[in-house]
Amino acid sequence: MSVLLFLFLGALLQKFGLVAVLFLVTLGIAAYSTYGERKVAAFLQDRVGPDRAGPFGLLQPIADGVKMFMKEDFIPQGSEKWLFILAPGIFIFVALMTGAVIPWGTTLTLFGANIDLQVTDINIGILYILGFTSLGVYGIMIGGWASNNKYSLYGAIRASSQMISYELAMGLSVIAVVMLTGTLSLRTMAEMQSGFNWTVIYQPLGFLIFFICALAECNRAPFDLPECETELVGGFHTEYSSMKLGFYLFAEYINMFISSAVIATVYFGGYNFPFVDPAWLGGLMGPVVLFAKIFFFIFVFMWIRWTLPRFRYDQLMHLGWKVLIPLAILNMLLTGAGVLWFES
Amino acid sequence: MTLAIFLTLAVIAVITALLVVLSRNPVHSVLYLILTFFTIAGLYILLNAQFLAVVHIIVYSGAIMVLFLFVMMLLNLNKDTEPQKSNLWKIGGAVAAGMLLVTLVGAMRGGIELQAAAQPNSQVGLVENLGKVLFTDFVVPFEIAGILFLAAMVGAVLVGKRDLKL
Repeated sequence: MSVLLFLFLGALLQKFGLVAVLFLVTLGIAAYSTYGERKVAAFLQDRVGPDRAGPFGLLQPIADGVKMFMKEDFIPQGSEKWLFILAPGIFIFVALMTGAVIPWGTTLTLFGANIDLQVTDINIGILYILGFTSLGVYGIMIGGWASNNKYSLYGAIRASSQMISYELAMGLSVIAVVMLTGTLSLRTMAEMQSGFNWTVIYQPLGFLIFFICALAECNRAPFDLPECETELVGGFHTEYSSMKLGFYLFAEYINMFISSAVIATVYFGGYNFPFVDPAWLGGLMGPVVLFAKIFFFIFVFMWIRWTLPRFRYDQLMHLGWKVLIPLAILNMLLTGAGVLWFES
Repeated sequence: MTLAIFLTLAVIAVITALLVVLSRNPVHSVLYLILTFFTIAGLYILLNAQFLAVVHIIVYSGAIMVLFLFVMMLLNLNKDTEPQKSNLWKIGGAVAAGMLLVTLVGAMRGGIELQAAAQPNSQVGLVENLGKVLFTDFVVPFEIAGILFLAAMVGAVLVGKRDLKL
């Protein structure tokens, strides 16, 4: 009995440690993504970028964080006070929850103990991610509505219609992957892509649709209409200041990190790489490979943001409903036909 | 442990469901309804029906309630614009709801006696078993439901395009 209890407590402690590490890594990457974004923007615009705080401006995210905390925290008159406070919390909570089902590596051997590098392997992992992405819109909608400002409300309404439209195409492109792999678990998907057997080879169109939808779900340029500053001042976060604004901006980078992780896991082999065993370095090679892929996709996200101009609203809706959804359905049919052909 | 989780979820579900009806602000009502859906999704997980729970969250909390909220925000309903209804309507509503309650209680009472005999399979809610059951035993109702959705979609398009030439 006591041995069982001890094992249970050990497993619990392991999971707790994993969650804490994941939380801190996510926050750290989100913070340094802001630095990366500014450096990439500077590179693309032939500037230097932040270089004052610390060597190469490396302390800039910390300086920004301190600035966010020190600013006046303002709650506008006529706003729904509690919802106004709650909304950024919901947004960042939903963004942080998604990391739980991503397999970050195989097993890590640390002090003789084997640690599974995944918080939980539920058998509906990909649906869990889709579920939490669909909830992300509440943080924006509640915040935009509670601000009692017409620009915020416009931003919120744009965000909700955009996210609902692109979720459909995203779900349809994921269905094709599910048909191909026959599983909803992200761990099994990653295991099936060992070596160079990556899903993107079988699903190039599906990957393209998923990637465009991921850009739209993260509200990144060229899909950043909810915070279109030339029309809507600041969009849904016009009335937000101090760390509440910080939460919104931070959650955007967390979303970007998690989307990159999902893209890398579902389409680009996860922790697998040709001629590299993820069990090397005591299991640390898997996370190294996966994070290299994630950083590459974060860079692509930034590259697109600083290259493409913003869509007009009707173009956005046209692309979502009349281009991506029919293409995703076509992709689904082709995948189904392919699976049947090779099975028989 | 399971009973404690069930009771917590059930109490929150009942309280939030009451708040949906009782709160004056329609946007608050929608937000409470979302909370109710979350507690119900938790109850599904307790029944080992993970797929149903996640689909419930994606479809109801993630899509339908967003559209509800969308419409509520666009209409911007508040106390000033809410039409003042006479007491007759309130009494009528209370009588109708009471009759529905009597019907539901009667139906539930009949159901409980039937339930005791059946042996529920705890694995039936998992996605593989659910898919197999849907495409073998229940394939006809499943396809009919699909056609029903298609008809609803066509109807929605028709309503949306009033000057459609047929």
